[in-house]
Parts: sequence; C-alpha cells; structure tokens
Amino acid sequence: MYLNLLKPNKKNLSAYLVLGISLLSFGFIDIFSNTFLKFNITGFFPGLVTYFSPMLLGAFGLHFIRIEYSGNKTLDAINKNLNSSNFNAILSLIVIFIIIKYLPLLLNWAFFDANFLGSSKEDCTGNGACWVFVKVWFNRFMYGMYPDAEQWRINFSFLILLSSIGSIFVLPNKFKKYIILFLLFIFPIISLNLISGGLFGLKLIKTGAWGGLSLTFIVSAFALIFCFPIGVFLALGRRSNLPAIKYSSIGFIELWRGVPLITVLFMSAVMFPMFLPDGTYMDKLMRVIIAITLFEAAYMAEVVRGGLQALPRGQYDAAKSLGMGYWRMHFLIILPQALKLVIPGIANTFLALVKDTPLIFVVGLLELAGMIGLAKTNPEWLGMAAEGYVFAAFVFWIICFAMSRYSLNLERKLSTER
Amino acid sequence: MSNIIELKNVNKWFDKFQVLKEINLEVKPKEKIVVCGPSGSGKSTLIRCINRLEEHQEGTIVVDGSEISENTKNIEKIRAEVGMVFQQFNLFPHLSILDNCTLALIWVKKLPKKKAEELAMENLKGVQIDDQALKFPGQLSGGQQQRAAIARALCMEPKIMLFDEPTSALDPEMIKEVLDVMVDLAKGGMTMIVVTHEMGFAKEVADNMIFMDEGRIVERAKTNDFFENPKSDRTKLFLSQIL
Repeated sequence: MYLNLLKPNKKNLSAYLVLGISLLSFGFIDIFSNTFLKFNITGFFPGLVTYFSPMLLGAFGLHFIRIEYSGNKTLDAINKNLNSSNFNAILSLIVIFIIIKYLPLLLNWAFFDANFLGSSKEDCTGNGACWVFVKVWFNRFMYGMYPDAEQWRINFSFLILLSSIGSIFVLPNKFKKYIILFLLFIFPIISLNLISGGLFGLKLIKTGAWGGLSLTFIVSAFALIFCFPIGVFLALGRRSNLPAIKYSSIGFIELWRGVPLITVLFMSAVMFPMFLPDGTYMDKLMRVIIAITLFEAAYMAEVVRGGLQALPRGQYDAAKSLGMGYWRMHFLIILPQALKLVIPGIANTFLALVKDTPLIFVVGLLELAGMIGLAKTNPEWLGMAAEGYVFAAFVFWIICFAMSRYSLNLERKLSTER
Repeated sequence: MSNIIELKNVNKWFDKFQVLKEINLEVKPKEKIVVCGPSGSGKSTLIRCINRLEEHQEGTIVVDGSEISENTKNIEKIRAEVGMVFQQFNLFPHLSILDNCTLALIWVKKLPKKKAEELAMENLKGVQIDDQALKFPGQLSGGQQQRAAIARALCMEPKIMLFDEPTSALDPEMIKEVLDVMVDLAKGGMTMIVVTHEMGFAKEVADNMIFMDEGRIVERAKTNDFFENPKSDRTKLFLSQIL
C-alpha cells in the first residue's frame, strides 16, 4: 500500500489516522514527560530539535489527520476548529502546550502549594502563595483606615445599593423607573451622609480615612453617574450650530483628552486650592472625583459623538417633520438610538474609569490597589507584593467582567432587529 | 379661495450650485399636485423647502399664512401642520409602530397617552396595519413600513401632506398597496404635493402636474393637458421615456 504523505486522502483513512494520531500522541507524551516527569524522551536529538520536538511531532500528526469530509464527526470537528491549515494547527498546538506547561505552575502557586492558615508571615512555609497576607489585611483592603466600629455604615450603604439593583431585575416595569431615580439621585446623598457621618449623631469620619475597595466603589460610582450626562452634553455641544457652544465643547474635550490622568489628579489636589478664594475649602476626595469625572466625560463625549454620527439624516428629518424641536428630537429620537449603538464604547470608557481609580494614590488616597501597596511595605509583611497584586487583579477583574457582561446583556435586550 | 402654500421667486444654492431657480408655485386647499422630472432636477429640495428641512436663500415661502424664513420662531408649529412621507420611510427603529405614531402626539401635541393611542390606532386602521401596531419597524415589509409612516404623519392631523418619492424604495409588488392608501387620502380631500414617477397615480389623482428640470419649473398644467399635449420639448422627451 502506497501512502501520499503530502496529501492525506479519504481512501486510506485508517492508515493516515493511525500514523497521525500516533505522532500526535508522541508529541503530547513528550511534553507531559518534559513538564511533569522532568524526563526528556527526545533528548537524543540535537538541541533545538529536542526543544521543538513536541511541536514537530504534533504538527506532522495533525497534518496526517487533516482529511476533509472524512465522515467521522469528531475528526471533522477537530479539523474544522483546530486544524484547518498547517499554520492554524501550529497555533492550536502552541496554545495547548502553553496551557499544559504553565497552568499547573499557576495552580500550584495559587492553590496546591499555597498557605491559607495562620496569622503572620512566619506561618507561610509552603512554596506557593501566602494568602495569609490577604486574610490578615482583608479588612484594610476593604475599608482602608475607616474605624472598625463604624464599618457597618459602609456595609449598610452597599446593602441598599445591592438590594435596589437586585429589585430592578425582580420588580415589574412600573417600579423600575422609581428605583433608577432613587439610585441616581437619592441613594448617593444617603450613602455619602451615612459614610461621612456628622449628622444624626453619627461620628464624623474624614475622607482621609476612607480607603480600600469601598473607596474604589465610591469614586467609580460617582464618576460614572456624572461623567455620562456631561459626556452626552459635550457630544451634543460639539455638533451644535452655535459657535460659542461648539468651540467651547471642542476646547474642553481636547484639553482633557490631551492630559494624562495622573497630572489631572495632581493638579486637582495641589494646584486647584490655590485658585479658590481664601477660607473656602473643598474636600480632597470631592476634588478627585470631579477631576476623574471631567476627564472621563471628555472620552465619553467622543464615544457618544461616534453614535450620533452613525445615525442616518432621515431620522433627524422625520423628527423635525413631526414638529419636534432640538431637545425633543434629541432626547426622544436621536440619543436613544445613538446611545444604543455605542454601548460597547460606553462600557469601554466605564471599565477604563474603574481601572483608573488606583491612580488617586498620587494625592494620598488609597483605594484597593493603594492599600495593597501600603501593606506590602509593612516591615512584617515584606515580599508579599505578588499575592497582593494578584488579589487586586482578581477583584478588579470580577468587577469589570460583571460590567462587561451587563453591557452585552443590555445590548441584546435593547436590540429591536428581527 | 386663498392659497395654502405660496412660493415666490425662490432661489436656493448648495454652496455654488443652484438647485432651485426662480420657483413660483401656488397651491390651493385640497389641491393635489404631482411633481415629476429627472433626478437632480430639484423636486425633493423643493418640497423639503416647504417645511424648511432645507433652507432657501432668496424669495418667500408662505405656508398657511405664515412666512417661513430664518426668523420664523414657530417653525415647529408649522411643521406639525405639514405631514411628510420620505423615500426611506424614516420610521424610528427603536420604537414600536404604535409608539412611532403616538410619540409626537404625546410630546408635541401634548395629548394624553390614551387619547394618542386611540388616534394612532384609528390611523393605523386607515392604512390597514392596525394588526402590526406592536411590532418594530424592522419586522415589517417595506410596503407596511411606508404605510406606517403615512399613518404616523396623518396622526398629527396635518393640513398638507408632502410625499417625497414614497414608492421609489419599494419592491414592485408593494408599490400598489402604498399608492392605494395615497389615493384614498386624496379622495378624502387632503392637500397633497407628491414627488413621484408613478404616472398612473398622477393621472388618477392629480389636479395639476409640475415638470421640473435643472432647478426650474419647466411646465405646469392641468393633468389632462400635461399628458395629452405637453408644451415644452423637454417635457415631451421626459414623458416619452417614462410612459
């Protein structure tokens, strides 16, 4: 029997399959023994060939099993999804080999060799991560320097937030409107007063003591709520026919987009007070929130403008022909469609905003990442940077992933295509 | 009877290109006028000037007693009295057909929601798509969308209806259902200016025909005269090609 090794075909299917699968298996056995048994089967080959031997074996193996319309469903699925050409086969192998080689290392570090029990650095005896660090400092990571006895105030605000968001999903449409209005206008005031105190016999807690994840939430939430409408108005302003409004919007947007956030924050804390009249004082946190809000609003404006430009002129014509003026046309017809179009862009800006909050460390405010930065310099906990920042990355990822999912969900829900 | 629309010496330029040249036009209440002509002759621009979707630079346009110019404060009020139907339908894709119809009633005419919906359903019934009221525009055929657009314009109870090539974007099969609605509307006594190439429709409903070319009104005549014995050579050429 003669096999065409360059062009596998269906005629000798079983022969090609035996050849291909055995080569592929050799490749996998090679990489497994390299990784887990520290034994190199193909060690007798010269240097580079040894290193790439799993790849070569795998690539040849995949080449031999690449037979179109073989009739075998599993084989066809593999060929279609992982093995459609030699180049794609090598890409698939690279990804699979990287997972085999490095995922176990990561899992060992994060879980199997990690230390969870104890209360000091000395309890960490294993080779893996020392999660004791995160456990001991957890309270600080969540609440910063907020006094322990008063932390229920933050928890309570957070509980109100969660339950009102939850009720949006559960309650009928009739009440949704009120809950959203409550969340946008009343809840910020309640929570801010509750957390800062000074009213109704609550102990006043200066913003300097606020910190940790709760500060991340506070800064992000306020910046998100305010940067959105400001961005929308800037976008409308930039497209306005009135020169004064148009050019001041362009100026504002280009100024804030052209400056790094870190300098904006620095200026808000250091330079801004110099321009205030003597005797007036504006809280540092408030200044920082305003700075981030205006900064992100400039980005938001450009995202929204993209949506406005994507709408056909006919929509404006139709709205005008029904007798709608500028504001009705924009709020009833244009913005609902334009904003729907740019949900991915809005989500992008929101995610960037949340991930920008750690920068407020430059003015001495420590949110989650900032608190970790502080904790890792504690003499008793030196060398814990990896654990701390992996924890921060994990928390930020959870928040951002949830937001991203929500935006996709919203896109689907608002879609009025067929 | 006095004129409901009056254009005197209207000139309009897009940059340096003159699209309307010395347009004079009077329309009496309940009159039906069909405007035809080759593409680029300024037909659409002409009717878009009547509700100021386009701005004219010279001349006067008077609609129902109010002059339309850049100083017009109540342009929205005039627009609400002039219904317009577009070639591309221009329904609002994010709203159901019913909401498309009620939106301006509620927000411009300030009708209570229930009354607006009754009026909208009545008009949707008039164009025979009341059973599609809760669907979105994207779910309807082109003919149904255009009829919905007509119903939306009629909800505002306009004195004048402008049609800008209402059947040009439709499949041949759907043209008739839209034209039928327009014929009904014409028989009901609406003042209409229709830009169209549907000469059968023109013969059936138009009182007067207007032929435009290169921004000018070349010929204006009673419908019969227009088709039976056109005066200008340009009109004859156009008619010979289109009929």
